[in-house]
Amino acid sequence: MKATVTVMLKNGVLDPQGEAVKSALGSLGFEGVSGVRQGKVIELDLADGTTEAQVTDMCEKLLANTVIESYTVEMSS
Amino acid sequence: MKAAVIVFPGSNCDRDMAVALQAAGADVTMVWHKDASLPDGLDLVAVPGGFSFGDYLRCGAIAAQSPICQSVKAHADRGGYVLGVCNGFQVLTETGLLPGALIRNGRLTFVCKTAPLTVSSAASDFTKGYSQGDTVDLPIAHHDGNYVADAETLAQLQGEDRVAFRYQDNPNGSVDDIAGVLSENRRVLGMMPHPERAVDPATGLVGGKPLFDALIGSLVAA
Repeated sequence: MKATVTVMLKNGVLDPQGEAVKSALGSLGFEGVSGVRQGKVIELDLADGTTEAQVTDMCEKLLANTVIESYTVEMSS
Repeated sequence: MKAAVIVFPGSNCDRDMAVALQAAGADVTMVWHKDASLPDGLDLVAVPGGFSFGDYLRCGAIAAQSPICQSVKAHADRGGYVLGVCNGFQVLTETGLLPGALIRNGRLTFVCKTAPLTVSSAASDFTKGYSQGDTVDLPIAHHDGNYVADAETLAQLQGEDRVAFRYQDNPNGSVDDIAGVLSENRRVLGMMPHPERAVDPATGLVGGKPLFDALIGSLVAA
């Protein structure tokens, strides 16, 4: 089974990389991009029976820094 | 006075740190990150700068999970002294020994230059060799030195006089110009600028020397 963890900077934490991407899109002529936030996606291959709670524990302990980041977990078979 | 310098794969300021500590009179042991325990009778642990584990995932995140970091936490919990510089500061925030976090510089560029700092608090064994308000020039060299903390944490740091150093010309977007912070018991200091690179006139700057002299001096006296 698999889990997909998406980690994003929390709202309110300025994302300098997202801002730079937004500015670059603007210079390429793409109009109307009012916000860009850049995060990361972590794909985990897991033993069958791994619970979402275990993946959440991984996020809390390592995959995200909850001081600045929020995360979501999506489990799939 | 016994000090240990932790060495991670990718540390690159570990030997500079050891030299600075030795010059101030410390007996220094280098400790590899896979070691489970620190030497007995240790007064100070220094977590050096560099790019531990290639900065993978987040700066300092993998290093913070190293076996030795449990011992560093236990050392701090016992009231031991810990100094984290640059990547070492990032490691200390990732372990939770210091509040806040360090993210990508606001202008996205790696900054490598001499930064004038203001000593914001001289009330610690790290900073008592300076006077509050002193200007100290120290080298900075980092890509992720942008200190962030939520409003509540920031108010606490300010209210408890725990901001040790502030940038005079903020190079990275850090909130409230913060360059270094102290723990609640004032025995853990994390800072992005490099005092260990400023202890010998041969390399130009000596602004870091009062930090090591005061710290090692007070630990020898104790």
